[in-house]
Amino acid sequence: MGTPLPDGIVAVVKADCPTCRLVAPVLAELRAAGVPLTVFTQDDPAFPAGLDPVDDTELDVSVALDLDTVPTLVRVEGGTEVDRLVGWSRPQWEKFTGVGPLGDGLPEHRPGCGSLTTDPAVIERLAARSTGLRSRRLELARLEDEAEAFFERGWTDGLPVVPPTPARVLRMLGGTTRAADEVVAVVGPDFADCTVEKAAVNAVMAGCRPEYFPVVLAAVEAACTDEFNMHGLLCTTWFSGPVVIVNGPITTEIGMNSGVNALGQGNRANATIGRALQLIVRNIGGGRPGEIDRSTLGGPGKYTFCFAEDEAGSPWEPLSVERGFPEGISTVTLFAGDGPRGMCDQKSRDPESLARSLAWALDSVWHPKLALITDAVLVVSPEHGRVFREAGWSKARLRERLLELGTKPLSEIAAGAQGCAEGMAVGPGGVKSAFGGSAGDADAATDPAEVRIPKFVPDGLLIVHAGGTAGLFSAVIGGWARGAIGSSPVTREVKQ
Amino acid sequence: MSPTVDSDVRVYLDPTSERTAISRTLAERPPSLDGKVIGLLDIIKPRGDVFLDRLETLLNERGLRTLRFRKPTFTKVAPIDLRHEIATKCDVIVEALAD
Repeated sequence: MGTPLPDGIVAVVKADCPTCRLVAPVLAELRAAGVPLTVFTQDDPAFPAGLDPVDDTELDVSVALDLDTVPTLVRVEGGTEVDRLVGWSRPQWEKFTGVGPLGDGLPEHRPGCGSLTTDPAVIERLAARSTGLRSRRLELARLEDEAEAFFERGWTDGLPVVPPTPARVLRMLGGTTRAADEVVAVVGPDFADCTVEKAAVNAVMAGCRPEYFPVVLAAVEAACTDEFNMHGLLCTTWFSGPVVIVNGPITTEIGMNSGVNALGQGNRANATIGRALQLIVRNIGGGRPGEIDRSTLGGPGKYTFCFAEDEAGSPWEPLSVERGFPEGISTVTLFAGDGPRGMCDQKSRDPESLARSLAWALDSVWHPKLALITDAVLVVSPEHGRVFREAGWSKARLRERLLELGTKPLSEIAAGAQGCAEGMAVGPGGVKSAFGGSAGDADAATDPAEVRIPKFVPDGLLIVHAGGTAGLFSAVIGGWARGAIGSSPVTREVKQ
Repeated sequence: MSPTVDSDVRVYLDPTSERTAISRTLAERPPSLDGKVIGLLDIIKPRGDVFLDRLETLLNERGLRTLRFRKPTFTKVAPIDLRHEIATKCDVIVEALAD
């Protein structure tokens, strides 16, 4: 508080409190008796009439006194509180003030009311005023439309956002133990610092609940690593965006969807966590379509693409465990991926037959004649997963078989083969991938039927289990350029 | 009564990296005042109203429509609601500074 309290008796009241109204005549008696009395009023600046109340509607004095109750009497000496009394009690007031008899006709006792500073709505406003949130303030007039104001400033993904009031941002910050000013990551393409507070502002806008916030922070960290290469992913002409796959107990704690329509709409956590990451890339990283985002066609996943793995129903170990985290630890895995493409196999009841179908679906990623160019996520649904479970196929065995089935002779996939100009290029030094990396040893003298090239590298094929229990369908999420040239999947622990 | 803390102005937090300063380009000056609504903003420095009264008379004599506004104090920027009201009601604004 800027100024010290006035010496004498300080009374804090609010007009909305029946006890305060009851004691208003008593305060007048004290004033008449010559008690040096100062009355602060929390709500109505004119109450109590005739006592020259001091306006504390900003609640500065009430906060400084840490009040729970009104009326409160405080004895002040030398600007410092030496004693206090709450509520109304005739004997206690007479003893406290040294004036009596007081309050003729009033009941002996009457408890006070809650100080306005204890009102939950006010607490949040006060906290917002005093917590030192550092973000620049935007003020809007009462008649301005908030949703339109955010569209006009280019701060949305094309859909309306939840307006990030200080109170909402504070609630979001309550979802993590991390300090608001801690830098979570440096976000490309602008390579700007993303503090926990800035992430919270965008998480509010995305529609997240505070309990989702640790997942958002882990996703931002994972996305902004050199391996994941969010900058390049944002700038590419390709379709991909960050796909967030969540594992571990937090998925059920925050109600994520790993079942029916897991890759689709309708679940708040799935929808808003992925959206928060995209808004952070847009607003903090400066990644906007048509500017540095040069995607030829883009994809709906660039609004949001986030889902949980169905671990309980899975025939296999979770993705997080496969990627080196203990069971029971929550993680996010970021994958630079396109939209999902469906694959139907309603006839296979043995794993070899089903693996062939899955391999064909994987062949189509980028182009059936392009290999070693990208990674992929295979989302195996419960009805397909059951085939592998009943046959005792581990995830490693399925992956191994898929890699074998995806390995093709150069004679089939070389540029120009099968009447199609696209395909693997053979030049000096061997077979080249689309981005110039080596894809195998070959030269003009090599028999292309003898050179066999795998579609994927072993760690470039991620297999997860999700989806509704009806439907003999699985999904392939194709990737962007793989490895050091483009992006590698990155997994991070979700920390509270 | 409800508390007045933060209730009169709606405040939001900027979601960006704040590397770009908030700036607005000035609206282009109209080639003519014909048919325009002209706001006259008194910042309440003494005798600013004298200047604006005379200006209003001259503008009205030309058949131009004027609206008057006053800032609560010349020491602070105009409240956001006043700015919004001016922006929505007027085509041009004349702000009088007197001293």
